[in-house]
Amino acid sequence: MTELIQTYWVYFLIGQYPNGPLGGLALTVLLAALALVLALPLGVVLGLARISPFRVVRWPVTAIVYVVRGVPLLMVIFWAYFFLPSVTGHKTDQFSTMLIALVLFDGVYLAEIVRAGILGIPKGQAECARSLGLGYWRTMRLVILPQALRHMLPSLVNQFVATIKETSLGYIIGLTEVSFIAAQINTQVFTRATEVYGLLALTYFVLCFGLSRVAHGLERRLTRRSPVRPASASPTLQSQQASA
Amino acid sequence: MIRFDQVNKWYGAYHALVDVTEHIAQGEVVVVCGPSGSGKSTLIRTLNRLEAIGSGTISINGEDIHRRGLDVNAFRSRIGFLFQQFNLFPHLTAIENCTLAPVHLRRLTPAAAREASMALLDRVGLAHKADAYPAELSGGQQQRVAIARALAMEPPLMLFDEPTSALDPEMVGEVLLVMRALAKDGMTMVCVTHEMGFAREVADRVLFMDHGKVLERATPEAFFNRPQHPRAQQFLSDIRTPFAQPA
Repeated sequence: MTELIQTYWVYFLIGQYPNGPLGGLALTVLLAALALVLALPLGVVLGLARISPFRVVRWPVTAIVYVVRGVPLLMVIFWAYFFLPSVTGHKTDQFSTMLIALVLFDGVYLAEIVRAGILGIPKGQAECARSLGLGYWRTMRLVILPQALRHMLPSLVNQFVATIKETSLGYIIGLTEVSFIAAQINTQVFTRATEVYGLLALTYFVLCFGLSRVAHGLERRLTRRSPVRPASASPTLQSQQASA
Repeated sequence: MIRFDQVNKWYGAYHALVDVTEHIAQGEVVVVCGPSGSGKSTLIRTLNRLEAIGSGTISINGEDIHRRGLDVNAFRSRIGFLFQQFNLFPHLTAIENCTLAPVHLRRLTPAAAREASMALLDRVGLAHKADAYPAELSGGQQQRVAIARALAMEPPLMLFDEPTSALDPEMVGEVLLVMRALAKDGMTMVCVTHEMGFAREVADRVLFMDHGKVLERATPEAFFNRPQHPRAQQFLSDIRTPFAQPA
């Protein structure tokens, strides 16, 4: 085991870099980080579009969400890999291909989380912000999204963890991320598959667990800053009685 | 100041406002009362365009407020609106709730907005709670912060949609006290409320509504002592003797 690690740890971490393209764990982390950073804004935009009062905005995005959600990520990767070059005319490298596929796929899932998060905020909040004279965008940015994102945090982390693991599908198009490297190592020392893939599993676990812990800490900090849920939650029963 | 002219509103087939024609003068305090579902909340919500109207016109200072092309946000920022559910923004402190709109809409610097809002929180007796989050405040305190927040835009008109209905009984008084002080300062106010004591003491005029119609308009003195419309007489007798057997 130690011998295995000693021989291959640099290869595992950065691939053939600096004598070749960056690979290994570094590439996985880079890909996952970029995918998260790009997919979240896309998710917010698509989520807002999904509940837009304008049909021209709502319908196409709804269609995209249903289509992308209805196919496996692997199909999306194949589309990006084979379809994209035929449209753009030049071949996209594996990293960009994988990134585009991940951002689109996760953006769509995040859109549904964002939509649910916004719909979960009591209607009075938006009404009240509008009554103060804030426009739609300011209402969203200053009042609704800060609350919604807080409620969405557990679901967001779930999706982010999934994204990290999904980077391993880059293997299929020859992207030299960490799973690909592990498979390479395995063919070179092919009697020790358990150890190689055990280490690979451990690596993913550490990444995902680490992200979960960071998110957990963030959640606790937010809860401490403003305790409990929307202020209007408690008197609802009374108001129902009053208006009954 | 405010003029309703033949205002009608329908929810599908349901006729929520029926030919409402009314005038409210500058500085007047008007209490709108009536049984549940009588259209009083709908009426007040049409005044800042939270509800659209079907026909007729509503004008404020001569301007048709339901016309197309009106700058709704600028218009709404000139009207304070108080909700039954307070609707404080739970992720912001009391003072941040108050400064949000002035900073973004009146282009005040955060320091200037904070200073002005502190004065308002002091006016509603909550300067010491400026940095508390809504969840740390009682219902009465939340509603008072909501009043300060509405006042921060310096509106010439304040609308109250059952501001004390969601409050525990012992907290109603503190909110009414603030509202009474506002009225004494000459604010134009339209209040939908079940607080008959408040109506009697503070209102210049009472409107009584049922089934979307304004059935009676009178001074509080006349309304409470000599209600004219049979439905108003019934309503007043119901709220005075809640345990009476229906005749």
